[in-house]
Amino acid sequence: MATNLKGTDVVVIGLGAAGGVAVLPLAQAGIDVIGLEAGGVVTRRDFAPDEIRNNVRGWPFLSSHKTNQEAPTFRATASAAAVRGGHPMMNAVGGTSMHYWAQHWRLNPWDFKVVSETKRRYGANRIPKGSTVEDWPFGYDEIEPYYDKIEYELGVSGQAGNINGTIDARGNPFEGPRKRAYPMPPLRWTAFHEKMAAAATRLGWHPFPGPAAINSRSYQNRSGCMYHGFCNTGGCHVEAKNSTAVTTIPRAQATGKLKVVTGATVTEINVDSQGLASGVTYVMNGETFFQPAKVVLVASFTYENSRLLLLSKSTAYPKGLSNNHGQVGRHYFSHHQGAPVTALFPFDIKAWYGLPAQGVAVDNFADDNFDHASYDFIGGCNLWAMSDRRPISASGMNTLGLAPNWGSQWKQFIRENADRTHSSYNQKTTLPYEDNFLDLDPTVKDPLGLPVIRITGEFKDNERKIAQFSQDKMEQWYREAGAIQVTRGPVGGAMGASTHAYGGTRMGDNPETNVVNRWGMSHEVPNLGVLGGSVMGTSGARNPTHTMQALAWRTADHIAKEWKNIVKG
Amino acid sequence: MDAPKIISRRALLRGVGVAGAAAVAAPAGLLVSTSDAGAAPAAAQTSAGAAAGRQVYQHLTASEAELLEAMVDRLIPADALGPGAKDAGVLTYIDRALGSALASSRAAYTAGLAALDRYASASRGQGFLALNARDRDSVLMDVESGTVTPGIFTGNSTQFFSMVLGHTRQGMFGDPFYGGNKDFIGWDLLRYPGVRTTVTAADQKSLEADQLKPNHRSAYDNEMFVKATARNDAHDQDHNGDGHGH
Repeated sequence: MATNLKGTDVVVIGLGAAGGVAVLPLAQAGIDVIGLEAGGVVTRRDFAPDEIRNNVRGWPFLSSHKTNQEAPTFRATASAAAVRGGHPMMNAVGGTSMHYWAQHWRLNPWDFKVVSETKRRYGANRIPKGSTVEDWPFGYDEIEPYYDKIEYELGVSGQAGNINGTIDARGNPFEGPRKRAYPMPPLRWTAFHEKMAAAATRLGWHPFPGPAAINSRSYQNRSGCMYHGFCNTGGCHVEAKNSTAVTTIPRAQATGKLKVVTGATVTEINVDSQGLASGVTYVMNGETFFQPAKVVLVASFTYENSRLLLLSKSTAYPKGLSNNHGQVGRHYFSHHQGAPVTALFPFDIKAWYGLPAQGVAVDNFADDNFDHASYDFIGGCNLWAMSDRRPISASGMNTLGLAPNWGSQWKQFIRENADRTHSSYNQKTTLPYEDNFLDLDPTVKDPLGLPVIRITGEFKDNERKIAQFSQDKMEQWYREAGAIQVTRGPVGGAMGASTHAYGGTRMGDNPETNVVNRWGMSHEVPNLGVLGGSVMGTSGARNPTHTMQALAWRTADHIAKEWKNIVKG
Repeated sequence: MDAPKIISRRALLRGVGVAGAAAVAAPAGLLVSTSDAGAAPAAAQTSAGAAAGRQVYQHLTASEAELLEAMVDRLIPADALGPGAKDAGVLTYIDRALGSALASSRAAYTAGLAALDRYASASRGQGFLALNARDRDSVLMDVESGTVTPGIFTGNSTQFFSMVLGHTRQGMFGDPFYGGNKDFIGWDLLRYPGVRTTVTAADQKSLEADQLKPNHRSAYDNEMFVKATARNDAHDQDHNGDGHGH
């Protein structure tokens, strides 16, 4: 029997990058919020620069426990057998915003209008076969104020490229117009970044420093970045990474309107006799509780958002909550971040100290920034040359056929070359397709006996062609910068569990093809909202967190403004 | 029980005297002669037996330790370029981890090392330890490539090889806190200038001018990081740091 708790206005499931943002505008509007978080609390004293703990053993164990137990299974197609993979996210107050790379990109205006813009410029037959992509229910202009809000409230460093239509050559000339500059200058460049930027300029491209939710100088009484080199899958020991754990969550707590509950694993969203959400059931230390709420916001990761809805079956929603149109789990895709290019340089890169959010970006080949008339794909890639090197991973470098993997010859090779290699991280337009989806695995369950998510998905022709195109451009860039050897990874097959996971509860005006409306509220359940990458219908060629957070703030704003209408149902 | 007079290597590096070092030394249960060794926590703090100038292992048997030592010594040998995996304490790293983070690999070590020795005997006429360096290398090449006579390894010899190679690199190039990378041998090999909590623009320029000296510090030489949390790593998954972005 569940213990009934005292009701609240809003319950938020998951206090990560998205839920952790939404709590602030709600609390500031005077709404009582309970934030349920499966993980615990970790602080900067837990963030030692320790590669074994962070990167080899999966940091930090106590916080990643739940996600590991719920790791999805995956298969390329419905005819293949699904296998269990890992889960790249963690549980804690702040969630994976504690240890992510914190690249904080706005989407390009084209990403909101992929269908109409492709038809307009190239014709309807250029929409890839089998793709279920739709235009977003609004354009870039609608979300711009929320991008701005996140940049200033959390703190994002970067170089503006387009302020109200005026292009600044130091920034990204292809970005959508912004109302004002970033609140902080970009993270610094190393000599290697300067070299890559010069090479890009010689090629006629437009290099610029990427945006990061990391302080480049002190901001809001927190330190600037220390560039110590353990940012990838590591939390920040000086709180320069603007995780929700050090920004929006403590500010929401300070209003007295947010109550944070840790160690709470939500197992079901409950509904009343009218089909409205009535609260959530969670398990803590083996005990079951029911938390009543007027509004429920689902803000776990993409896999768990769909999973929780599919697990919440009732008379009103026999196929799972908000799934009477059969759309929960549809339009899923993992961002195509693979297909790396690895280069060897005849000089030290001096990359030991730095971070993946620090580097040189080129957007000439992203989105629709170039004419696709002569290509057989739509979309493109962002090229990114960053800093990321630690000793154990450096020792595992590809020897490019120049040495064996062990013994004296290897030792000689690694001594010379551990700091002379560089791998690209090029994010590519990825689209949703008819036959890529999430559902509940028929056999694999978590320790509570609840099925995990099964990913059925593969990268299709459009994604593989972009991957090959991006490899051509990356190799060209590396060679221009002096690389003496270049090798390429495979262009992509099955979609495994990803840190960039989209869809499953897509946002759109049409309830036949989308789970949530333009405000992020369920078409079927008016007092249920969904936050996170699961509402995004396109990925663009860049990291999703900024867009997720802008949308989360916007949904929370909407709830605060429309409180009386939403609660009335 | 008397507190053993063992000085941890890290304490020595910090210049802590014997009296101060006793406070950070291993629980006495880890020493060979005590009566209640079973009560010892799985993770030891010190290189046990250092006083006697030899290694004492918590999990590996004596013959497993000999075989594994001979193997890692070929993976990263001591040579003209400098010391290797054996000198860096890679065995201490693996041994200690087999009781905690790598516990799920314990059985694979037992089976794999025995198979390695059987394969050496079957193919080269002598056990692995009796072979010279060249023959040890040729045996290991077979194990790496999976060209070992069928039936000797349970499962796949390649898997065993990459497991040991992976753990060897962790012990060689990981933080010395975990028992390996002794005297920062691994980091010096890679020309890694060391763990720092602050790297200024001037430090970066100095690195670019080849003038940044290795600082030879463990992450946990910084007092702000809580050692108890770092030790709490008793799960049985050994994630390989994936290169995927966030």
